[in-house]
Amino acid sequence: MQEKKVSLTKSDRLRVAWRSTFIQGSWNYERMQNGGWCYSMIPAINKLYKKKEDRIAAYQRHLEFFNTHPYVASPVIGVTLALEEERANGAPVDDVAIQGVKVGMMGPLAGVGDPVFWYTVRPIVGALGASLALSGNILGPILFFVIWNIIRWGFMWYTQEFGYRAGSKITEDLSGGLLQSVTRVASMMGMFVIAALIERWVTIKFTPVVSKITQQAGAYIDWNKLPKGARGIQSALQQQASGLSLTKVKVTTLQDNLDSLIPGLVPLLLTFLCMWLLKKKVSPIVIIIGIFVVGVVGHVVGLL
Amino acid sequence: MSAISMILVVIVAFFAGMEGILDEFQFHQPLVSCTLIGLVTGHLTLGIMLGGSLQMIALGWANIGAAVAPDIALAATASAIILIQGGQGTHGLGSAIAFAIPLAVAGLFLTMIVRTITVAIVHFMDAAAAQGNSRMIDFWQIVCICLQGLRIAIPAALLLIIPASSVRDMLSAMPSWLNEGMTIGGGMVVAVGYAMVINMMASREVWPFFAIGFVVAAISDLTLIAIGAIGLSLALMYLQLDKGGSGNSGNGGNSNTGDPLGDILDDY
Repeated sequence: MQEKKVSLTKSDRLRVAWRSTFIQGSWNYERMQNGGWCYSMIPAINKLYKKKEDRIAAYQRHLEFFNTHPYVASPVIGVTLALEEERANGAPVDDVAIQGVKVGMMGPLAGVGDPVFWYTVRPIVGALGASLALSGNILGPILFFVIWNIIRWGFMWYTQEFGYRAGSKITEDLSGGLLQSVTRVASMMGMFVIAALIERWVTIKFTPVVSKITQQAGAYIDWNKLPKGARGIQSALQQQASGLSLTKVKVTTLQDNLDSLIPGLVPLLLTFLCMWLLKKKVSPIVIIIGIFVVGVVGHVVGLL
Repeated sequence: MSAISMILVVIVAFFAGMEGILDEFQFHQPLVSCTLIGLVTGHLTLGIMLGGSLQMIALGWANIGAAVAPDIALAATASAIILIQGGQGTHGLGSAIAFAIPLAVAGLFLTMIVRTITVAIVHFMDAAAAQGNSRMIDFWQIVCICLQGLRIAIPAALLLIIPASSVRDMLSAMPSWLNEGMTIGGGMVVAVGYAMVINMMASREVWPFFAIGFVVAAISDLTLIAIGAIGLSLALMYLQLDKGGSGNSGNGGNSNTGDPLGDILDDY
């Protein structure tokens, strides 16, 4: 075995990483991400294997079933690249070993990718961008797009390289501490931020009027007794700042009462209701449509 | 709308459709796709505002296990087109959002159709692999991605063909109670996405974090970045303490000395 060793250069690995961006492109009900996986591996396969029958075998073994979170596929790709490289250089790495590594890694890794990316990073970055965008600020979408893609590409390239260097040893690390810690931190932070988002962004306003109180003189701004012109505006603003009410009759809606109790209580209860319905296997689409119906009916009867 | 704008809108829709399945660059997220449609049609601010509103609704939408989330790519592009064709400006936001939701459901069926077609294409890939033809595998992969793009681009093009005047008539025929009610529903429907996320992540360990986050959010001076920083710090502190705790458990045999406050209280 004194042949010249073939190895993957950095540009080969970059090409694989770029192609893995499209790993979900041919997602199908039969073997899920298999087409995209094979598509990602092609530059490496063509570099490593010169004989046609070797290539055919390689294409075919990478068209087997594969499915994980699209970003955490990167470390699996890294490890597989290392294995294929060893195999091309004559090491006894058989199909079963390669398939075993792929299947062995995709399960636990998908369990990391979903909470970290879909339930923590995207809601946080999305909420940040959306809260700016609501007022028409262009920075909202730009921030979202740039931050997200830096995180994504950084993660994909770094973990692919990490997998490539670690090779098959990575499977031992997987069950160990680091990965578990990342998932735990993500779910803790995610829960914290989600709770904050419920308080801030789920809006329900009960409009029924609970009470109308005519206030005593001196508790509201007496608009008839203000000086004329700009001085009047100034004095009105000063009076409001010192805590005087704008109108003579103080209107308290049901929502005001609820807010003084616990702000965001109703949104919280609504969220719990949704969680319960989802656990009862009610489709999210049914819940969404139901909420719109409630919104329209509630508005018509004057409750919302 | 000029012909160039229309072509650009269809291109944006194509990218949104691709990304709807790839989920990489996030062109399909309303924050990006509505903004881009706004940009190419000259209604940038309107697009950004619609994007922000829809993004809030869709924050927690992700495919979780067997439950498939509504298709935000079609919802975002189609409602942006309706909003701009309708020409009502910011008053049209409520009804555009209301249109988005049924479209998101309709998009699901389109996705299922394309994914079923893809099963057949993967068999073409198998055939190409058996011949050792990597070019053909590449080709079929690109075909699949384009199919996903067309999934959104075709409906978008159809919407553009409908004359702006009839979109306007349709929107103005919508009674105001329906419009306002849908806007109210839009404010509440955000909860569904959050509920999906919580169901996925909740465990006994993380509920206290939820409680603190909820209470802290009431302090309206805190920006989202500040809240994120507090959350991350708390999580890291917890993890550190947890590790330290398990490390020290060996020499912590005498439980009375473990609690300094308890010692002080005992002294009194």
